[in-house]
Amino acid sequence: MNESKIILKKSLGEWFNMMTAGGYRVVGPVGQDGQIDFEPVTSPDAVRFDHVQTNNSGKWVMFPRYEAMMRFRLSGKEVQAGEIPPQAPPTVLFGAHPCDAASLATLNAVFTWDSSDAYFEPKLANTTIIGLSCTKGDSYCFCTSVGGGPGDTRGSDVLLTPLDGEKFLAEILTEKGKSVVGLAPQLFSAADGTSKEAALAKIPARFNHRDVTAKLPSLFPKEDVWKEQSLRCLGCGACAYVCPTCSCFDIQDERDRYTGVRIRCWDSCGFGLFTLHASNHNPRHKQSERWRQRVMHKFSYQPERLNVLGCVGCGRCSRSCPVDMNLGEHVAALAEIKV
Amino acid sequence: MNELQQTAKDLLEKNAVAVVIGYGMGSEPSLRRAVFVRKPDQAPQLIFDESCRQNLAFYVLKPEVKALGKAAVVARTPTLRTLLQLATENQITDESVVALPVGNGSVQPLTNFAAIEQYLANVPRGFTAQEQQELAAIKSKTLADRWAFWKSELSRCIKCYACRAACPMCYCSKCIVEVNQPQWVPVPSDMLGNLEWNVIRAMHLAGRCISCGSCADACPAHIRIDLLNQLLATEAMQQFGAEPGLSVRKDYALATFKPTDKEEFIR
Amino acid sequence: MTAANLYIPYQMRIDKVTEEAPGVKTFRLGFVNKDDEGRFSFKAGQFGEYSVYGEGESTFCIASPPTRKGYIECTFRQMGRVTTALADRDEGDIVGFRGPYGNIFPIDEWAGKNLLFIAGGIALPPMRCVIWNCLDLRDRYQDVTIIYGARTVADLVYKHELAEWENRSDVKLFTTVDPGGQTPDWKGKVGFVPTILEQVAPSSVNTIAIVCGPPIMIKLTMPVLAKLGFKPEAIYTTLENRMKCGVGKCGRCNVGKVYVCKDGPVFTLAQLNQLPPEY
Repeated sequence: MNESKIILKKSLGEWFNMMTAGGYRVVGPVGQDGQIDFEPVTSPDAVRFDHVQTNNSGKWVMFPRYEAMMRFRLSGKEVQAGEIPPQAPPTVLFGAHPCDAASLATLNAVFTWDSSDAYFEPKLANTTIIGLSCTKGDSYCFCTSVGGGPGDTRGSDVLLTPLDGEKFLAEILTEKGKSVVGLAPQLFSAADGTSKEAALAKIPARFNHRDVTAKLPSLFPKEDVWKEQSLRCLGCGACAYVCPTCSCFDIQDERDRYTGVRIRCWDSCGFGLFTLHASNHNPRHKQSERWRQRVMHKFSYQPERLNVLGCVGCGRCSRSCPVDMNLGEHVAALAEIKV
Repeated sequence: MNELQQTAKDLLEKNAVAVVIGYGMGSEPSLRRAVFVRKPDQAPQLIFDESCRQNLAFYVLKPEVKALGKAAVVARTPTLRTLLQLATENQITDESVVALPVGNGSVQPLTNFAAIEQYLANVPRGFTAQEQQELAAIKSKTLADRWAFWKSELSRCIKCYACRAACPMCYCSKCIVEVNQPQWVPVPSDMLGNLEWNVIRAMHLAGRCISCGSCADACPAHIRIDLLNQLLATEAMQQFGAEPGLSVRKDYALATFKPTDKEEFIR
Repeated sequence: MTAANLYIPYQMRIDKVTEEAPGVKTFRLGFVNKDDEGRFSFKAGQFGEYSVYGEGESTFCIASPPTRKGYIECTFRQMGRVTTALADRDEGDIVGFRGPYGNIFPIDEWAGKNLLFIAGGIALPPMRCVIWNCLDLRDRYQDVTIIYGARTVADLVYKHELAEWENRSDVKLFTTVDPGGQTPDWKGKVGFVPTILEQVAPSSVNTIAIVCGPPIMIKLTMPVLAKLGFKPEAIYTTLENRMKCGVGKCGRCNVGKVYVCKDGPVFTLAQLNQLPPEY
């Protein structure tokens, strides 16, 4: 399956046209420096190839900010309730960096580990990832500490690596990848053994995630450690919402007098309300406990329970944090603690 | 050791305070982050420069920081004003916090509200030239253009509530978005929910916001919510003569009714 | 609920409303769609998401035993937005139900043993399901003892069933109210549940203890059980963490790597002792 080809940058426009004509919605990184996000695009001209990272991740393609699941007609206590069938338009997520592509495994594990999820699964099934290797990173990137890398192919259906300003190495990795390449095979030429390695960014590893996972259960009771790290944490949800793997959600009903919808929407373990009981008891009452939950969930509970790491090292949480809570730094510090 | 570090060290050595809330090095050379200095020999961690923007008054109210004991807080002018407004709203008591004023010469600890009031009396106030320019630009837009501007800004809101979290004046133990009987503000970050959230927050801060800009700095979507607050601050000042955070007084606009109040803002 | 979309609830009709205590009601719910009823089965200890359309979902146990077919019951206290809306429904109204979710009380394993049920306040409902389940299969078990306490006489739920248990010769029932909560004609005990447990002092030999109640009651009851010789493996309780999905996805009910909605709500004390104290 793993076949490598070359595609010229100037050919991308035609490929986009073929994808659009083929019924795909193409979503790619667009915007100005400082505010680049994944949005529907029609031409590669708008797409950014030179950014380190988008502000928000592309997870909304599979797991939107909010999604209606039921519709109600209300008349006093008379109710008509109906399912809103899941929407899953065929989508190409173009230009997702390897960290984002790797995040799909985590999302998939959460949504399907025990039962199927009618809203997530069809979206994932109908999404093709055309990844984009990283030729540069910044100090927030730590993919190499969590099992990934700037040219990691996991999760991508096709992985593009910019070889110079003019052409990309295209690794065709899955059947889905084959399909989108098959829309315009004439644009792809033989790669003749061209290697991507020289083009890739160098991201130094900051910690060994297996050591961290092994150590975290023994760090759980060290309240001072968690308190000290989280003293400046504001308790907002920015880190969770920009994170490509954070998938905690809320289910809420919204209504006016005559109609209503049941939606699911993003939620965050950083909020005090997240675990608050009706009795007012709160198992994670303090911000330090919520910070600990965030780290434990990603680096201990998910690896142990779902066999996936809950972090892909994209660094978005830390870039977005209003108070410079730096996950890579803090996990590296945890790894240093003697137990 | 500079004057700030020396002052902090002295306060800790004398046990005048248990913690100095200040700015230290962040994860990037250009970044600063809040630090909580509890030992005199840690005072050299403290930095103050142009990159130190966060309004540290937030931490004066944070339970985990409160638990450390009496605090001194490194205070830019907006932080000093925040402290007075918090005092006005009975959130902090006199002499419970020491302010270390920075940015205008000597770092002389201000140990009570009167001292902060006196200090602020000599500090120029009002919006900066750039802020005035931005406000004027918004005001000069037609209603339709203004609506389009805010719609585009607020469409990026992901309801992470970083604005609320960063704002020292957003101290409500139960925020309006958490009240669900009735559900005032839609929970999802859809257009209506985003509009209602940001407008309600701005209204609740009208006449209380001291325009520190922490909300906009905190916003991961770079929404200029600070402009919304500044517009309302201008409005509150014109309508009610309310300029918050200059003195500890009990008649701030949101908590006062006068028969002579104009009602021109309801149109 | 369709097989394909677990977020869509069964439509349930409220067939009977019982006022249990101030602010506490029991609904008997029947399936609107008979096919749903045919497909549906559950076991003691499981829970579900009950919904008022337009107001939201709320998590409670199934309070009726699986041995009573054709309906389920839930007992809830009016607390927040959903339970307030729920309390406002009448017989004949339609509500939603998703479930059953979670693990079960292993009542088959308990065959041949004595059963000691200890409950406080609004925590009798999860217990009532398993009590009736066991009483409906009474021959399987040895002695059945129930200790139930509430703050006041008025706060005792299932009053008619308490009377029924009281009159059964094969059940030992001890009801109690907190000091000051008794009425002049109160014939039960007065005192907190752990104190009454100590007085009753049931034998731990060949006995399973099932404890449901507010955290403080559970906390104070465990040492008494230990003193009576109960091993952590022989003590069962339920965790009541906040939930939204009920199926291990939404991320809020976890205690360590354990999902209360999937691995619980039923745990032995031995299992709880292995978890981080985050519940």
